Amino acid sequence: MAGIYIHIPFCKQRCGYCDFYSHTNLQLKQRYVDTLCKEIELRKHYLAPNETIETLYFGGGTPSLLNTSDFEQIYNALSTHFSLHNLVEITVEVNPDDVNDLLLDTLKSISCNRLSMGIQSFFDHELTVLGRRHTAQQAIEAVNLAQQHGFSNISIDLMYALPNQTIQTWRETLKLAISMNVQHISAYHLTYEPGTLFYKQKTNKIITEKDEEESIQLYEILIQSLTEAGYNQYEISNFSLPCYESKHNSSYWKNTPYIGLGASAHSYNIASRQWNIASVITYCKQIEENKSFFEIEFLTEKEKYNDFIITSLRTSKGVDLQKLTTLFGEKSRSYFIQQCQPYVHTNMLCEKDNFVRLTQKGIFVSDSILETLIDV
Amino acid sequence: MKNIRNFCIIAHIDHGKSTLADRLLEETSTVTGKEMQAQVLDNMDLERERGITIKSHAIQMNYIYEGEKYVLNLIDTPGHVDFSYEVSRSIAACEGALLIVDTTQGIQAQTISNLYMAIEHDLEIIPIMNKMDMDSAMPEEVEDQIVELLGCKSDEIIKASGKTGLGIQEILQAIVKRIHPPKGDPEAPLQCLVFDSVFNSFRGIITYMKIENGTIRKGDLVKFFNTGKEYFADEIGVLRLGMEPREELRCGDVGYIISGIKVSKEVKVGDTITHVKRPCEKGIEGFEEVKPMVFAGIYPIDSEDFEDLRASMEKLQLNDASLTFEAESSAALGFGFRCGFLGMLHMEIVQERLDREFDMDVITTIPNVQYKIYTRKNEVLDVHNPSGMPDITLIDRIEEPYIRASIITRTDFIGSIMSLCLGKRGELIKQDYISSNRIELIYDMPMGEIVFDFYDKLKSISKGYASFDYHISGFRPSKLVKLDILLNGESVDALSSLTHFDNAVTIGRRMCEKLRELIPRQQFDIAIQAAIGSKIIARETIKAVRKDVTAKCYGGDISRKRKLLEKQKKGKKRMKQIGSVEVPQKAFMEVLKLD
Ligand SMILES: Nc1nc2c(ncn2[C@@H]2O[C@H](COP(=O)(O)OP(=O)(O)OP(=O)(O)O)[C@@H](O)[C@H]2O)c(=O)[nH]1
Ligand code: SF4
Ligand SMILES: [Mg+2]
Repeated sequence: MAGIYIHIPFCKQRCGYCDFYSHTNLQLKQRYVDTLCKEIELRKHYLAPNETIETLYFGGGTPSLLNTSDFEQIYNALSTHFSLHNLVEITVEVNPDDVNDLLLDTLKSISCNRLSMGIQSFFDHELTVLGRRHTAQQAIEAVNLAQQHGFSNISIDLMYALPNQTIQTWRETLKLAISMNVQHISAYHLTYEPGTLFYKQKTNKIITEKDEEESIQLYEILIQSLTEAGYNQYEISNFSLPCYESKHNSSYWKNTPYIGLGASAHSYNIASRQWNIASVITYCKQIEENKSFFEIEFLTEKEKYNDFIITSLRTSKGVDLQKLTTLFGEKSRSYFIQQCQPYVHTNMLCEKDNFVRLTQKGIFVSDSILETLIDV
Repeated sequence: MKNIRNFCIIAHIDHGKSTLADRLLEETSTVTGKEMQAQVLDNMDLERERGITIKSHAIQMNYIYEGEKYVLNLIDTPGHVDFSYEVSRSIAACEGALLIVDTTQGIQAQTISNLYMAIEHDLEIIPIMNKMDMDSAMPEEVEDQIVELLGCKSDEIIKASGKTGLGIQEILQAIVKRIHPPKGDPEAPLQCLVFDSVFNSFRGIITYMKIENGTIRKGDLVKFFNTGKEYFADEIGVLRLGMEPREELRCGDVGYIISGIKVSKEVKVGDTITHVKRPCEKGIEGFEEVKPMVFAGIYPIDSEDFEDLRASMEKLQLNDASLTFEAESSAALGFGFRCGFLGMLHMEIVQERLDREFDMDVITTIPNVQYKIYTRKNEVLDVHNPSGMPDITLIDRIEEPYIRASIITRTDFIGSIMSLCLGKRGELIKQDYISSNRIELIYDMPMGEIVFDFYDKLKSISKGYASFDYHISGFRPSKLVKLDILLNGESVDALSSLTHFDNAVTIGRRMCEKLRELIPRQQFDIAIQAAIGSKIIARETIKAVRKDVTAKCYGGDISRKRKLLEKQKKGKKRMKQIGSVEVPQKAFMEVLKLD
């Protein structure tokens, strides 16, 4: 099993909290799509020939800024160089204000069967602070329209601990999300990443970060509301109705290979991880001139172990001890078990049926726990 | 002998001794242009880097005055109070001293203490006002201070600059004219004063000495008076920029001897070297065993490095005889060493050398002085480690070391300095005006109160306009208690300290507060308590981290997350795990830096 990730690094405007690589100069788009198709050809042998490709994911940036011919061009390149017969999940990230009949028809035509919408909040004043270009109303209409077009696997992204969010508005946002009958919800805690506008504003005390108590409260509301509504938390930030887990994202946590195409995209093939140059212009130039366009790291045993722990522990199933032993040996297993002990005692990790997973209490301090469990 | 002059350069820290020495060496062509660098005598890396002199350095110069050839032996001394014993031995090896006063600063505490030592040894004092080139120089005022202090005439003071070379000829002439040649009898039994020693990895220990009486020849069998050990003088010679071997050295000469000594412990500064065959009757007066004043534990962060640490300490001791250490163990820190230092600067230097020269990652614990504990059975115990304190019920009384301190400051700061000293249980003995706006305060103070942050605080409240010097004055009975720190209910021996009963509660409370700042939040609450015996006197809590979600993993970017976590984890490796609590390396030392 394997996945393909296509990165579309263009946005109409930059959101204040975002530290992803994306370009606001849409004029580069056609050149980029051409280059991307060239990369698709160049890297057609990246995945082992016996891997069946089950998932395809268009992420960004904002893939919904592509027009019909862009999508077709990319999809054609893909189907020429990769075997797409076994695809079961094709996801495209869309911005609510880009959603219209034409876009949805286009997506259908490339057999897209899953949408991921960056909604973030159902309150306009919160959206304004975030720097999003859509309104709450547009978001609701976008979901409705997609459902009318027959999309039956829709995921929405929400954010909490926003500077001007209250317990009340967060409850409301969740309530609305649930009422829209979406199959999947990703909920991210706002983080202040260096280099972003938000980070600067926080440093200059223009906005204040939510304190720990409130963050936890918001998080607890999230878990409670979604669980009551029948969603499973199958990964730290991801919730779904039964059988609607994102297959593509799951592959990141499950140690399965994936190829990432486009500027700044990441690939993994068990032995190594590599990532393309983040700058659109340099990416295009390097590929056009047949020069190297990515960095690569060959993983040491320790790094493989660390990745295994970091990714597995994010999932609700947790770390499979059997698999750990098979992959890394008895010594790693006992190191892991030993490092787990303090957290098992304090109820932050729980060990059951040969799986070690984060408890609700542990999820919120997962970084410290991971730090303890990895080996350097 | 009548053409030899032996002199040392003494002054307060940083008044420009080593820089002035540079000019003398240049003027006498002892060091040529190519070899010259600033403070050329400060040849240890650490001295060069910190710009301070740690050891005494001797060098011989030739000088022609009115057609006659003179041999001038210069000894540059360290200014810091930690090394005052070495300074006293250098002084004892000379007949004269250049007393340097920085004209921008005036007379300071070590100016006075070094001057007194020189007077005690009947040295001819040549007062020099240095740094005359600087705009902030105050020649009239400083001249008055010197005249007042020495009872000399204004025209006996030489105005100089180590920077521009002003006054250097005048100084050289004064050395010849004013300092009398060494006395002594070349035919008498041999008597050499050891005033320093250095370790050389090829030659072993090189001993610096001055020949007071008699004559020594290469190959002589000699004996060190106080240690009783005998050696052959494999090589003797004089000290130029390098060592210059000689067949014979006679009384009045300053030079070196190499005699196959491997460890510095065998050479005691202040000892007397004599012939085995025809020994002198008694050693040169003033010899003391240097005793450490300040004690602290040094532990490897990683317990596996204990043996490496031992090897490093042994190597350090090779050229630093005043460093003492013995193995000890701590429940919290594992195996390490109890080390004795001359003072806080010495302790800092040792720590820095361990780090720089031996790449050892260590934890240094709270420094202590040495107490005398009288038990009910009338035994006397020397205790310099809180954990060595016997049970209260066995103690009859405790005595602590006191110092007599001299503080010289501008009058504007008297008030705040007095309250600082009062807070340190200081007792004002007297105050003397040095000039209309400068005063010398004499205090008796418990040494335990000044080992830690006294000097830093003094400097900060006086904005650098106070200097400080001290010597041990004796022991006095004290009401001392052992203050324990508990982390999550477990007493951490490495954080225990001995304090005066009256201050214990305040210090306990502030230590708890300080630890709350020093220990990073962890995944569980950490209770910090201060206790005397079983009585808890203060408590703080470090709340558990309840949220630490950082960057999400997007688009399969696992590497970034892993690298972030790996980096954090590596940072924590520098912490010490005590029970379940991770305590940063610096906490053990900083915990007592209370404001
Ligand atoms: N302007 C000026 N600066 C000087 C003069 N003499 C020394 N200095 C500076 O003062 C500082 C201290 O000089 P040192 O010669 O190291 O002083 P020291 O007395 O040997 O210091 P310790 O050995 O540490 O006690 C250095 O930065 C010198 O460059 C001088 O005559 N004029
Ligand atoms: S959050 Fe999404 S839409 Fe906003 S700038 Fe970042 S990638 Fe673009
Ligand atoms: Mg010096």
